[in-house]
Amino acid sequence: MTVQVFKIPDSFKKDVKFSFCPGCDHGVAVRLVAEVLDELKIREKTILAASIGCSVTLYDFLNVDSIEAPHGRALAEATGVKRARPDKFVFTYQGDGDFASIGLAESLHAALRGENVSAICINNTTYGMTGGQLGPTTLLGQVTTTSPTGRNLEYYGYPIKIAEHVALCDGTAYSARVSLDSVANIRKAKQAIKKAFEVQLQGLGFGFVEILSTCPTNWKMTPSKAHERVRDEMMKTFVPGVYKDVTSDGLTRRMR
Amino acid sequence: MVTETLSNKKVLTKGNYAIAQAAINAGCECYFGYPITPQSEIGEFMSGKMQELNRAYVSAESELAAMNMVIGACSTGAKAMTSSSSCAVSLMQEALSYATSDELPVVLISVMRGGPGLGNIYPSQGDYFQATKGGGNGDYHLIVLAPSTVQECVDLTYKAFYLAHKYRNPTMLLADGLLGQMMEPVEFKEYPYPEIDNSSWALTGAKGRDGRIIRSYAPLADNQCVFLEKLFEKYRTIEKNETEWEEIGTEDADVILISFGSTSRNVKTAMKLCREKGIKAGFFRPVTLFPFPSARLNELASKTKKMISVEVNMGQMINDIRLAVNGKVPVELIHKPVGAPPAPEEILEKIEELI
Amino acid sequence: MSRIVIDSDKCKACYLCINECPKKLIKIGNKTNSLGNRVVEFDDPEGECLGCAMCAVRCPDLAITEVYKG
Repeated sequence: MTVQVFKIPDSFKKDVKFSFCPGCDHGVAVRLVAEVLDELKIREKTILAASIGCSVTLYDFLNVDSIEAPHGRALAEATGVKRARPDKFVFTYQGDGDFASIGLAESLHAALRGENVSAICINNTTYGMTGGQLGPTTLLGQVTTTSPTGRNLEYYGYPIKIAEHVALCDGTAYSARVSLDSVANIRKAKQAIKKAFEVQLQGLGFGFVEILSTCPTNWKMTPSKAHERVRDEMMKTFVPGVYKDVTSDGLTRRMR
Repeated sequence: MVTETLSNKKVLTKGNYAIAQAAINAGCECYFGYPITPQSEIGEFMSGKMQELNRAYVSAESELAAMNMVIGACSTGAKAMTSSSSCAVSLMQEALSYATSDELPVVLISVMRGGPGLGNIYPSQGDYFQATKGGGNGDYHLIVLAPSTVQECVDLTYKAFYLAHKYRNPTMLLADGLLGQMMEPVEFKEYPYPEIDNSSWALTGAKGRDGRIIRSYAPLADNQCVFLEKLFEKYRTIEKNETEWEEIGTEDADVILISFGSTSRNVKTAMKLCREKGIKAGFFRPVTLFPFPSARLNELASKTKKMISVEVNMGQMINDIRLAVNGKVPVELIHKPVGAPPAPEEILEKIEELI
Repeated sequence: MSRIVIDSDKCKACYLCINECPKKLIKIGNKTNSLGNRVVEFDDPEGECLGCAMCAVRCPDLAITEVYKG
């Protein structure tokens, strides 16, 4: 007997076509989100707060209600949506610049308040849409269009470890960092996204996943070389793992 | 504090509390805010009341976040608001530009203080431009209502919620530190406007339908052209339907005194002093600053000899008056840069110098 | 019999799927799609496909639209 083991998730719009560059892992992350929405059967109660950057296009692909937030403000808007309509499932999908640079205050305060929302942050160590400038997650030594001789400590300072910062917030129910460099890790990433969504559905607080992703265009690498870079360089600084999980830590939070 | 909120009896109430109670009576479901003098009492009042009523209150991390939270709540069709003052309203301009483009019914209470920069906490009308000319990037306007009494703080807060939802356009109540801090007897009647059906656009989760997108991103130039033409068509409709002003003694006036907000109270008295002295003065007060009552001012310009704008700033509304009368009559300015409005006698003295 | 379905119009020629296939059944073909990309082809004359779906999981553009295992 033949069984279908892979299909285009139902939570996508009909005839969906991504506008990402060839080999960009955004496409994988977006698909995982859609698969999780399908599996949890929550498409019809979902409201997305979209962000600015390559991540903005998510609302063109997912067949869910969406509000577009100004750069960095997705979690403030998600807070507004969730406070107005606590029965809805509310999530953001942001880049590292959006989440951790211009929007760091909004992001961490949403986590600190324990907002019952979920957030996905794509970390590709650069500002992709604007052409590959130095961002908050650019690795030490990394060459970008605004760090032409590489990010050196004296001149540019350190990159931010997002998942660890989010985990430090008392309102966070789940914080994990995953990678899309291999099929095995893609499968783990999906489980993390699912968990970050589930903690919201259970009313446990802020759910967060940082996804190590590629930007082959601005890194000037082939897609498969880009995955090697994720493994050899990014994962050394940005170590994958679950940094907080109240469902397994025995920690409890009041239900909202 | 307000003790009797929905009675027909008059209660002595501070402007900021009156605005907050009116918002609650208007059905405001969510308040997001950050403290700033001279309007902090609004947030203080809301924090207790909203919790009591099982509605949403969030102490936002910044005004910037507060306005974005309002956008989020409004995108679901909820009645939501924030309140702030001058330098902090500056922080909200990015979000207000988005909210206008998203056509969301945002309500913002702006209680003006001295500027530019940190300025001071004295009353001021220095944010007339900020309120009426857009404020953020792109072509747009907020609907702007300017109360002159604490009673009007109540009535126009009701109206702000109604107009915001009727036209799906951010609406600002533009008060100042004087109105926010003064106490007057007011009557809280029930919210007098019909509820607006938002089921055609509000985000509710795409149950049994395709997803909706509320966004301002228009990657193609043509889309943006179509949108802006539509937006400005809406402004013309608002101008036709909602322009509001007060005028006294303008029919036979040689000079018309024009003023908005708290300043207009002393100007009204100054007009009476003029009449006692035999100067045929009239009084004109725009209640809506956008839409501005330009057409009426243009009509009046054909009947009078001079117009004088009285403002507590360096002269901002005077520009709109001059545009409205288009050179038909000279328009002069009596102003004070910041602080309590000039006394009626002071205004009278300056009028005598000008005519 | 296990097999995959490729929507050539969506293929952006990143070729990540080629390395993923444990049986090396995906190759660069001779056709060019409307995006100007030389697209991949599924070539499985011996019926070796395992239906593992690793190619589809790896594909960032939903170009592998269906996978059947049997």
